[in-house]
Amino acid sequence: MTNDYIIDIQHLSKSFGDVKVLDDINFYVRRGEFVTLLGPSGCGKTTLLRQIAGFIAPDEGRILLEGKDISGIPPYKRPLNTVFQRYALFPHLDVFDNVAFGLKLQNVPAKEIEVRVKKMLKMVSMSDYEDRSVDSLSGGQQQRVAIARALVNYPKVLLLDEPLAALDLKMRKDMQMELKEIHRKMGITFIYVTHDQEEALTLSDTIVVLNEGRIQQIGTPADIYNEPVNSFVADFIGDSTILNGTMICDRRVEFMGHEFDCVDEGFGENVPVDVVVRPEDVYIMNQLEGAQFSGVVQSCIFKGVHYEMFVETDKGYELMVQDYNSFEPGSTVGLLIRPSDIQVMRKERTCNTLEAEVEDDKHVNMLGCSWECEVPSEFAPGDKVLAEVAFDKVDLWDNQADGKLGGEVHFLLYKGNHYHLTVLTDDGDHLWVDTNDIWDKGDLVGIDIAPSDIKLRRRDG
Amino acid sequence: MVKRSTWSLPYLIFMVMFVVLPLLLIVLYAFQDGSGHFTLSNITRFFTDSDSLSTFAVSVEVAIENTLICVLLGYPAAWILANRKLNRSAVTVVLFIMPMWINALMRTLATAELFNMLGFTLGKGTLLFGMVYDYLPFMIYPIYNTLMKMDNSYAEAAEDLGAAPWTVFWKVTVPLSLPGVMSGVLMVFMPTVSTFAISEFLTNNKIKLFGTIIQENINSSMWNYGAALAFIMLIIIGITSFFGESRQDEAEGGLI
Amino acid sequence: MKKVLAKCYIWLLLAMLYAPLLFIAIFSFTESRVLGNWTGFSTKLYTNLFSGGMNGGPSLLAAVENTLLIALIAAVFSTILGTVAAIGIFNLKGRKRQAMQFLNNIPMINPDIITGVSLFLLFVFLKFSQGYVTVILAHITFCTPYVVLSVMPKLSQMNPNIYEAALDLGATPGVALRKVLIPELRPGMISGFIMAFTMSLDDFAVTFFTRGTIGLDTLSTYIYTDARKGGLTPELRPLMTLIFLLVLVLLIIINIRRAKSDNIAK
Repeated sequence: MTNDYIIDIQHLSKSFGDVKVLDDINFYVRRGEFVTLLGPSGCGKTTLLRQIAGFIAPDEGRILLEGKDISGIPPYKRPLNTVFQRYALFPHLDVFDNVAFGLKLQNVPAKEIEVRVKKMLKMVSMSDYEDRSVDSLSGGQQQRVAIARALVNYPKVLLLDEPLAALDLKMRKDMQMELKEIHRKMGITFIYVTHDQEEALTLSDTIVVLNEGRIQQIGTPADIYNEPVNSFVADFIGDSTILNGTMICDRRVEFMGHEFDCVDEGFGENVPVDVVVRPEDVYIMNQLEGAQFSGVVQSCIFKGVHYEMFVETDKGYELMVQDYNSFEPGSTVGLLIRPSDIQVMRKERTCNTLEAEVEDDKHVNMLGCSWECEVPSEFAPGDKVLAEVAFDKVDLWDNQADGKLGGEVHFLLYKGNHYHLTVLTDDGDHLWVDTNDIWDKGDLVGIDIAPSDIKLRRRDG
Repeated sequence: MVKRSTWSLPYLIFMVMFVVLPLLLIVLYAFQDGSGHFTLSNITRFFTDSDSLSTFAVSVEVAIENTLICVLLGYPAAWILANRKLNRSAVTVVLFIMPMWINALMRTLATAELFNMLGFTLGKGTLLFGMVYDYLPFMIYPIYNTLMKMDNSYAEAAEDLGAAPWTVFWKVTVPLSLPGVMSGVLMVFMPTVSTFAISEFLTNNKIKLFGTIIQENINSSMWNYGAALAFIMLIIIGITSFFGESRQDEAEGGLI
Repeated sequence: MKKVLAKCYIWLLLAMLYAPLLFIAIFSFTESRVLGNWTGFSTKLYTNLFSGGMNGGPSLLAAVENTLLIALIAAVFSTILGTVAAIGIFNLKGRKRQAMQFLNNIPMINPDIITGVSLFLLFVFLKFSQGYVTVILAHITFCTPYVVLSVMPKLSQMNPNIYEAALDLGATPGVALRKVLIPELRPGMISGFIMAFTMSLDDFAVTFFTRGTIGLDTLSTYIYTDARKGGLTPELRPLMTLIFLLVLVLLIIINIRRAKSDNIAK
């Protein structure tokens, strides 16, 4: 292979017990690139990094370093170094000895160690601290030492596991700039793990967005921000309003009860889609003339640079708007969205599709229990079928015991006039639910479905 | 409202009465003769009496040997117990801790009886063996605790920087677990010097340890000399715990 | 390979540690007066132990009773004194707090023999006649520091605002103490109590020096005098075996419960 991929990850999977933490991960890193693995906590990003570092062995797949598979090589033989989340500086060694630790193990001559350590400490502006014990340092200083300790070995790739998470906001901003500068000066490839989307957008050449063990999107910060491929990415990166819509035809989309021009093509005609509108892309004005639709301002909060307003549109949707001018709550405003600012995304699913088995002419078994429903006469008991349940036909109850089975609200998305929830059942199946009720992440719910709302169809193949 | 800090007063009074005053009395008696006059003769008697001196030397020797053996046997055991790859069962840990909960005299007696039955002559060898039996759990437990609490990321960081497993062990795990070893040493060394019943059982009173001669003097109403011997022991405790503590603080502070 | 070696080492050590206890347990099931001399299976020593029909007369059972009684009383008083002291020390600042903590450490650093001798001298000096009271006072002295040490972390873990919140909601300091503070400290108090109880059960040297000459015996001092007289009362063998089993069962139950609650917490 003659490509310039320093790291190439192929079909990587990992499970802890029954939980699939990483599912068929594929991506590559170019030499000298700053790549960020971005995702919410528990998305598998740290597991992925630790597999690259060698602390966890993958179940399946390969990790190539400069074209060679390093999966079986122990961490101490990999030419990679890590900056750990809580620094992990050795408390029994002073700053100098911490930084020199790796070089001493390689039997680098003492003189050279001295030169390299001093140079590296100078680069992270810690020259005066050589003899200090590490626990007398502040969090930011420890961070610098940890970076120096890893970089002094000239690793082929530097792995950083949420290195700034423990610092306060101002320190974090300063360190971001310094990291960027160090990356530029050293020319070493960085793989950086964070859950902070702003940090990822600021630092990276390429962002890999992960959720629930799968890659959602890979792209430059601008790509990811402007053209999220699905509602998860759109919701996770930046502020946005995500709405249900219908692609009427190429370059024409309907949402919030109005039709809009857009720039997207190739979805087909009358196809349900998700539409993302960034709050800074909505034009808000006092007159209705020239507006595409109107709304009434519900609230207006000053956010330092701009005002953030929630507007109820003429068709009853809630829309987030950011503008440099403030608009009085209660006032009627005109609203406009430019075609290029409308991001249309294919829906991942339009209803719940569940694997089910016919029990008798009135019951099917799915999600681990028996459900009453209308079984068409074409199916016999024992047939394996698919059951479809519309998002808004799943009923949720406050009390787990009130439902047929229990579940937990796993993820929620506000779609302008209703919530779209991802519910994880007790058995670990996913159900997607549209509801007007307000739930929080982590709420325990009872789940029920009316017999008439379960539609059965044949499984393909 | 009464300040809550005054709640420490009853304890302060109690401690002065039952800890500080008694310790002062040791000093007082150590420097008095039988009729209550100040004298240094009790102290000088110890330093001129070859029996007392040799008992003292034997005690320290046995204590050092016992402590060393306990560290050498206990460290690997604690390390294995704390290693998730090698030991997953909590039961083995409980089995090691359990002897700590059983009366030491009972255990010692059982050991001595076993030696008797096996036909070993009671003496230095059995004394050391028995002491190790008695004190090994007290060495293993603190080391095990420090190892369990140790953040795994230190070992990972070392490995990441190129240290092979053996190097990680010597350069990171051992130095970071020294506080545990130190408290193990404190829990083994001083009790070994001061014990009396245990050495009497294990050697059939052939070998006397420092604790034994203190006990004998007190019990035969030679309080002043007994107090002087206790005073000497107090000074040793002061020195060892001072060293132990300052080193421990250093290492423990580093762990946080 | 490594795993096998590690396992061997662990089990070898355990075998060494438990050999004497097993030895005693085995010979508790024979009548022979001399240890190591098997004269056939018998539970006579067990029945002897409980009926009190043995050589030493009822003194062995009395010693067990004394041991438990002293441990219970000492543990109760230590827990009360230690909890109050911990609250007080926690509210002290700077030097005073350090001084109190240093004072609290002394009985723990001191070997038993020093504690024993020093208290002996105290009672002699005050011409206080020695017996139950002095033994219990002595036990409280070396048990309380452990209570203080187990309650202190609970105090520092506690959200300092909850006591104030109780006052803010109209509780008097007394009510706030009972309804808010004590429940928060309870786990520390319980583990302190257990520590104190076992320390007291285990003690030999301190009891030895403070029991006076009224013939008061705890299990430890009984064993000591018994062994010095030469022979060991055979009924001690079943007693040791029972204690050994009791401790084992207790520890296993505690650990299983802890493992269970850990699982639930996950």
